[in-house]
Amino acid sequence: MTLYLLCLLLFCIGLYGVLRKRNLVKMIVGLGIIEYSMNLFFVLLGYRVHGRAPLDARNQDILNMVDPLPQALVLTSIVIGLGVMALIIAIAIRIYEKYGTFDITKIKRLKG
Amino acid sequence: MNNTLIPFFVIIPLASAFLISFIGKFAKRIIIDALSCVSYLLLFVFSLYAVSLTHGAGGMPLVYTVGGWAPPFGISMVLDGLASFMLVTVNLIALCVIIFSLRYMERYTGKPKFHTLFALMVAGMNGVIVTGDLFNLYVFLEIASLSSYALVAFGTEAEELEASFKYAIMGSVAASFIFIGIAFLYGFTSTLNMADMAHVLSNKPATWVIPFVSVLFFMGFGLKAALVPFHAWLPDAHPSAPASISAMLSGVLIKTLGVYALARIFFNVFGITPQQSSVLMFLGALSMLVAVVLALSQWDLKRLLAYHSISQIGYVVLGIGLATPLGILGGLFHLFNHSVFKSLLFLNSGAIDYVVHTRDLKEMSGLKEKMPVTAQTNLVASLSIAGIPPFNGFWSKLIIIFACIQSGHGGYAIAAVVGSLLTLASFMKVQKFAFLGELKEKNKNIREAPLSMTVAMVVLAVICIGGGFLLLPSFRFFISEAVQVLLNGNEYSSLVLGAVGR
Repeated sequence: MTLYLLCLLLFCIGLYGVLRKRNLVKMIVGLGIIEYSMNLFFVLLGYRVHGRAPLDARNQDILNMVDPLPQALVLTSIVIGLGVMALIIAIAIRIYEKYGTFDITKIKRLKG
Repeated sequence: MNNTLIPFFVIIPLASAFLISFIGKFAKRIIIDALSCVSYLLLFVFSLYAVSLTHGAGGMPLVYTVGGWAPPFGISMVLDGLASFMLVTVNLIALCVIIFSLRYMERYTGKPKFHTLFALMVAGMNGVIVTGDLFNLYVFLEIASLSSYALVAFGTEAEELEASFKYAIMGSVAASFIFIGIAFLYGFTSTLNMADMAHVLSNKPATWVIPFVSVLFFMGFGLKAALVPFHAWLPDAHPSAPASISAMLSGVLIKTLGVYALARIFFNVFGITPQQSSVLMFLGALSMLVAVVLALSQWDLKRLLAYHSISQIGYVVLGIGLATPLGILGGLFHLFNHSVFKSLLFLNSGAIDYVVHTRDLKEMSGLKEKMPVTAQTNLVASLSIAGIPPFNGFWSKLIIIFACIQSGHGGYAIAAVVGSLLTLASFMKVQKFAFLGELKEKNKNIREAPLSMTVAMVVLAVICIGGGFLLLPSFRFFISEAVQVLLNGNEYSSLVLGAVGR
């Protein structure tokens, strides 16, 4: 249970970074923390205490096995996260070229 | 077998994206355009065929098991009435928009990149529609969103980059809420297949998990659908994109990623409860009214249209949230109608932008004599969105209002009428300032937009005029089978699992 709570804490830290920070780079770092926390959470769901790797071997009784599916899914999710992150960083670099700043309060041509 | 058709809705756009990015560097422009047009034409024909297939199957879904792994172990793709209805909507708009962009996108450099990203976006949306697996839905949703972030920033001007950054951050946070919701559902049911999940959930006692996951999904998909408390990114992102992309984003992207996914999960997997449906109705009515009031004070034509997208999504969600047969019929019919007339309106704004080089309503006036086709199609679309008979928007709004009264939600019916009147007012403003009045001196020498752009607009305008005929008994199966899928609720699981023989 403690692990899940720490995971939630990590998520909240990331959300704080995205919502409250004024620097574009810090917002991106916050987004990265959110992604790590959710991947961690999904892997934790499949974890069993003293579980072994989910390999099918002959002459062995597999009693306590770690769930392999979340690991496969998290791998996909990491790749997606990488794509999103690369795109957002590229956009942030172009924004810096146009506006000359990373400060979100000075990048305000749109009204919302 | 008929069900081998299903993966092609994802394969065709993916293959065309790959080919175009591969040959885009050295091939002639016309080859790339032709390849793109042919693939969307093929997709549209396939989606019409899919409608006839699902009609012929008589309410039974067609299931394709990827790699031959039967559910719940493998990924399955499901084609039922709702999926084929959405496929027709998406691919029809994609075809019209790509015809429009043949000339319009000449203004931007890197047109092959546009075609690649556009094809990826269509692949993502078609994937979201046909998939029967919850994690697969998330993957396709991210493919579609990722390419839409890039497309919003396509012009790489300051405003477009700013809008794209905002959209990308909010979209990613929404996606992470959806991901955590899926993780909770997997932990609770030990399955990811939607049909199997519905089966497991119906046998489990009610706990805190489903309400909690519902909240996560309301936030995640609500942000993708731009419902009112989560709408802040849309009025920036949609106007900043090139007009053909705005047409695609407002026309189908927010509906596929937001409303369709929401409806599919809440109706077919969870089996909607009165609490969830009342939340949907409240969010719908709120977006309907708040966004239309904000739209009234806009002078930027595309920004005004973007606010109306939020407002019209409110009608769709209100209709679907009623969860009565009539309400869902109205909601889905309005979804189809809105994607037609809103993409038409955005294409009109693109044509004006192409000719007059402005988006400000005060800068354009009297365009009617110089741009007759744009003016006439815009009139049709404006009357449709405002709900004037006999255009298609009138019928769907009428059905939604009747459904509200029928299920005893008179307040929502009044809100719908008020929203419709305010919509009419703001489109009167567009007509008055853009098309009527004196022609400006500097605009004396403008000409009508090129042929490929007007063709796309005329086709959409004809659908706007004829859209009401879809309610006639002989064409009605197109929508009513989609309605039936949502009404079936949890039975979705036995239908899908039955179709693969389990």
